[in-house]
Amino acid sequence: MSDGDSDGGKVTSMHDAVAALVRDGDTVAIEGFTHLICFAAGHEIIRQRKRDLTLCRLTPDVIYDQMIAAGVASKLVFSWLGNPGVGSLHAIRRRVERSDPAPLELEEYSHFGMVSRYTAGASGLPFMPLRSYHSSDLPKVNPRIVELESPYGDGVVYAVPPLNPDVSIVHVQRADKDGNCHVWGFLGCQKEAAFAARKVIVVCEELVDGRVIRSDPNRTVIPGLVVDAVVPEPRACHPSFAQGYYDRDNRFYVAWDPISRDPAKLEAWLEDWVYALGSHKDYVAKMGAEAWARLTPDQCMSEPVDYGAYSPG
Amino acid sequence: MSAAPADYSVNEMMIAASARQLEGEKVCFVGIGPPNIACNLARRTVTPGLELVYEAGVYGADPQRLPLSIGDPTLVTGAVSVTSMFEIFSFYLQRGLIDVAFLGASQIDRFGNINTTVIGGYNEPKVRLPGSGGACEISINANRVFVIMPQSRRSFVEKVDFVTSPGHLAGRRPAEWPGGGPYVVVTGLGIYRFGADGIMYLSRLHPGVTVEQVQDNTSWDMRLSPNLATTDPPSELELNLMRIELDPEGIYTR
Repeated sequence: MSDGDSDGGKVTSMHDAVAALVRDGDTVAIEGFTHLICFAAGHEIIRQRKRDLTLCRLTPDVIYDQMIAAGVASKLVFSWLGNPGVGSLHAIRRRVERSDPAPLELEEYSHFGMVSRYTAGASGLPFMPLRSYHSSDLPKVNPRIVELESPYGDGVVYAVPPLNPDVSIVHVQRADKDGNCHVWGFLGCQKEAAFAARKVIVVCEELVDGRVIRSDPNRTVIPGLVVDAVVPEPRACHPSFAQGYYDRDNRFYVAWDPISRDPAKLEAWLEDWVYALGSHKDYVAKMGAEAWARLTPDQCMSEPVDYGAYSPG
Repeated sequence: MSAAPADYSVNEMMIAASARQLEGEKVCFVGIGPPNIACNLARRTVTPGLELVYEAGVYGADPQRLPLSIGDPTLVTGAVSVTSMFEIFSFYLQRGLIDVAFLGASQIDRFGNINTTVIGGYNEPKVRLPGSGGACEISINANRVFVIMPQSRRSFVEKVDFVTSPGHLAGRRPAEWPGGGPYVVVTGLGIYRFGADGIMYLSRLHPGVTVEQVQDNTSWDMRLSPNLATTDPPSELELNLMRIELDPEGIYTR
């Protein structure tokens, strides 16, 4: 993605990043546990009419309800399928319960299973052991969850296979042009999903100088080493949130329920808020200043830390 | 707004009774929905020192508002520690540091096996439910599991349609695994515990509820405690906290 522009590093637009890195048939993870879910990336994938994707997320959330309703996916890999705090994701349920308008293949784990899959993928391991699934029906419906004797003779564990997405899309608070990322608040599986993926798109609230990143290296969750594209796109997570930047829009999550229940309403929503808009900047403008004011939190700064300066001699 | 104790909903009784179960506990893993309100109510009443753990990756949360989801930013600000999800599940849960986990359920059987995956067959679901989330490993690794759920013949079933989170039934977890399984179940009708044989019994009835009502809303013959007691109704303090601070829109409590 760096196409020879040494000053710009890996910086590109959402349109160009999705066009260049997401192919039909890919396994794609837009991660972020409630926090830092990059809705803008999902909307761009819808606009570009990608098809036959395998979508991975612990919690498909409203973004995958929208993407699956728009027809971009044929398979879902997940561990909790709901609208958090509200109820169901009805577009996904229609496909699962009634194949309406088409079947959707499911591959189901628990949260710890999905976290362990990304961790195995990020670690270059063939599987990850965990203490879960014993006497549960989950291994019966997912043969990739396998009971295993400990090689040290201390009982059984369960193994899950690595998850290595073709593309992981992770949102972060700030990144430099090379893709070194600072993240704070819930970390979800952003780090594991990035290290596990073949290609990584980082979307950031703020593009900062590399010196800002180096001023606080403990906060660097993802290094540019594993990043292919950096997309500066403020407010790209709405109705999810970015800690310290904007709040979770709980009203939107509640309002999504009746839209998601009615295919015609859902289609109209996609038309108004995705297809009719050229980019996420239009979406941010369409929401209006009042909505953004409502979602802006008061400040709560951390105490600074002293890393020390260690000069020669 | 002050509440007359005689005037409360079934859900308010269920949540208040659940919160009281946490008295004396130290580290609590909090599930989504009603458990979230009950744990936050406990922290404001019977257990101010309760350390709240959320699967999103937080230990020692100090929420200033009731989080609608269990991944709300208010759980981060002011918390003791924010961790990766791998650390929460591995170092805190699997390591055996969770005293109590509070979970919801769609179906439960007499052994405390919980279904949150599907009503009907897995491949031909009548209703597709959310699935495990962290519940499967939480039910296996937490020292004790508390359950809060509405009770009816459709939720208290002879056999769950799918075992998402195992209870005390056959194939009990390996001895070297940390968890002790389901310990108490709180519904809108009463409070249930488990005998040494792993079978559920009615321990307390909520005010005004009869044993007959419990039996009418259970698909098996419910055992009764020989010392069957009655729950205290929600106090004015509990009701005010729920109505004013924790769930002003009444999403879970009405």
